[in-house]
Amino acid sequence: MKDAPENLGLDYDPVRHPEGCREGIDCDRWVIRGARLRDPSNGLDTTSDIYLGGGRIVGIGEAPGDWPADTAEHVCAEGHWLIPGVIDGWARLREPGHEHKATIATESAAAVAGGITTVVMPPDTIPVLDTVAVARYIKRRAQLAGRARVVAIGAMTQQLDGELLAEMAALDAGGCVAISNAHYPFQDLRLMRRALEYAATFDLQVLLQPLDPSLSARGCAHDGAVATRLGLPGLPVSAETAPLAQLIAMISETGARVHVPQLSSAAALKLIERAKADGLPITAGVSAHHLWLTEMDTDALDPNSHVIPPLRTIRDRDALRRGLAEGLIDTVVSDHQPHEPDAKLAPFPETEPGVSGLETLLPLVMKLVEEGVIDFDRAIDSLATRPAALFGLSDAGSIAVGQRADLTLIDPDAMWSLDSTGMASAGENTPFAGWDFAHQVETTWVNGRRVFLREP
Amino acid sequence: MAVKFVRPKIPKFAPDPWAIQFDEQGHLRHLLTIEGLGPQWITRILDTAEGFVSVTDREIKKVPLLRGRTVVNLFFESSTRTRTTFELAAKRLSADVLNLNLATSATKKGESLLDTLRNIEAMQADMFVVRHEQSGAAHFIARHVAPHVSVLNAGDGWHSHPTQALLDAFTIRRHKGDFTPLRVAIVGDIRHSRVARSQMHVLNSLNVGELRVIAPRTLIPTDVEKLGVRVFHDMREGLKDVDVIIMLRLQRERMEAGLLPSEEEFYRLYGLTEEKLAWAKPDAMVMHPGPANRGVEIESSVADGPQSVILEQVSNGIGVRMAVMSLCMSANRGETT
Repeated sequence: MKDAPENLGLDYDPVRHPEGCREGIDCDRWVIRGARLRDPSNGLDTTSDIYLGGGRIVGIGEAPGDWPADTAEHVCAEGHWLIPGVIDGWARLREPGHEHKATIATESAAAVAGGITTVVMPPDTIPVLDTVAVARYIKRRAQLAGRARVVAIGAMTQQLDGELLAEMAALDAGGCVAISNAHYPFQDLRLMRRALEYAATFDLQVLLQPLDPSLSARGCAHDGAVATRLGLPGLPVSAETAPLAQLIAMISETGARVHVPQLSSAAALKLIERAKADGLPITAGVSAHHLWLTEMDTDALDPNSHVIPPLRTIRDRDALRRGLAEGLIDTVVSDHQPHEPDAKLAPFPETEPGVSGLETLLPLVMKLVEEGVIDFDRAIDSLATRPAALFGLSDAGSIAVGQRADLTLIDPDAMWSLDSTGMASAGENTPFAGWDFAHQVETTWVNGRRVFLREP
Repeated sequence: MAVKFVRPKIPKFAPDPWAIQFDEQGHLRHLLTIEGLGPQWITRILDTAEGFVSVTDREIKKVPLLRGRTVVNLFFESSTRTRTTFELAAKRLSADVLNLNLATSATKKGESLLDTLRNIEAMQADMFVVRHEQSGAAHFIARHVAPHVSVLNAGDGWHSHPTQALLDAFTIRRHKGDFTPLRVAIVGDIRHSRVARSQMHVLNSLNVGELRVIAPRTLIPTDVEKLGVRVFHDMREGLKDVDVIIMLRLQRERMEAGLLPSEEEFYRLYGLTEEKLAWAKPDAMVMHPGPANRGVEIESSVADGPQSVILEQVSNGIGVRMAVMSLCMSANRGETT
């Protein structure tokens, strides 16, 4: 596992505590008392005090020797759970390029309100994230916002046009945690194979979302009974499985490490299962909404259910749930795509696809735990442990002395229902408005700083 | 006598798209799709249409039902036949009619659909007749119009064309009476046809004996059986013992998308010729929503033959549209007809 990139990290964040420091109190030192600390990755499940200092976890149970008790901020967290901060592996923050939809400031605030401490951003910004300069700009904007950590995925081809390779090694050296061509297609398979070969030279993590542009053309809903009834142009499962099969064939030849951020179908899961069984370096993710919604949710022609890849059948959803429970699917992402209201004010096929998902990622996964679909350990594994490993964030995703103090405090008994107008994200485009949840995020620390505190 | 409408329970997060068609008293406010109307409303529309068809036989072809009301034909996609019949229907009900051809107008200049709608609403319209190239457009408009405005769907994308399906049912009923013993076959481009989808709903709602679709696999949408039809790929099998044959227009532009090798092959296999017509029942009706491509989906001698009711469909369209307009408008006036 490679070290977290320091040159782009938040370690040297010049921004003070976003809420300001209280006089005489060192806002970098925290004692969280009485919380149930839960990190299955290192077998931690204990009720204990935890000490944060200098952006790191400095003590669990006992204070470190040089702990200046009188200057630390104390938090009483009895009855609450403290879990590793969630790492969201695929979320659009819309900046630079689409600031009318959202900004890094608004979305990183939404992330921490949803218990997410690290947001991994694909390179489809304007300008495209194909140079270190753009990555630095994004980092700087995130630092100024002072909320969640934002880590960038570099472009695999210049301008994402699928024609010329981007300077992947430079992007890697500049701190990008992976490379991807977002949802843009390659000009041809030969170029895609070369891009994978080149990435494999430097052992770069590649993220590719299989979606055949010709099979998916005009499609806006799963090609099934609901789309047929509503007369919506269908997007067949083969638009996902055909390019995934090609990708797997190329992985076996090039040895590139590839992660598929969002599976949508049982058939694609089967391909992943076989490829994993063959020992190929492939991993997969799923978005939280694909674990809950199906094509039936497009039945009401609600533009908030317009997503790509589309919501598929109940059988597909159940297969994805099983895949997640068994660990075949590694991570759960938000696939966050905030939109301005106008983007969704049109007939269904004309609306822009995507949901605002940062604030529902953790609640939706915890709801799966509540319903017994997955266990708590798998939930944290998919939201923190495996994403940290995938993106080489070696000091995040777990609770242990010396680890980065990226932590989320949740109230396991809070009952609340989602009000889309009360969301922190600039995009209110959620199909989950009105849903009831338990497990509410109360406080979030990033780098040992408290970046979110729920108003009572 | 008012038909009692039992409002169905709407699930919290998946409102039925058709429930919006009714106002709080259960009266028909919009007509967007056949789904959810149920046989009682369909029958009521057809019965009302019977009365209006006789109006067109009178010397003065007008009734004052919609006097002082404004009907706006919002056509985002060009159409002559449908627009004209809606216009005539509104005029025979004494409404003021405004025709807006928006296919080449406002939205092409970058104005959003909602802005266009708001502007026309500001002109004090009472009813919008909407044709749009996108599925769900009529629902979208119905969700956003002012409370006093009714929306009639005159065709949205591949989704729905309710008045066409109702006039087809009306025509079949006039000739055959009861639907339950009938076998009906719909032939042609089912995949892209809003007419076919609405016909499936209306005929199944009226408890038709058997509904078939006949086309090559490329023109049959996924899981279409779930809409209550039997799928045939062979005309001889599909037309056997059929009472009604509905031919659909084969849109030439579709063929460029690689759905069919050629018009000639389609005509050879699926075009309705006198020879193929003989495979159906001897008194089978031949229907077509128009405009028919002669020599592509239908032979001229069949289109003009004794079994064809194509022109009758057009005349009936006016009466059926008058019925729908008057029923929706009476709901908006708070009347119970």
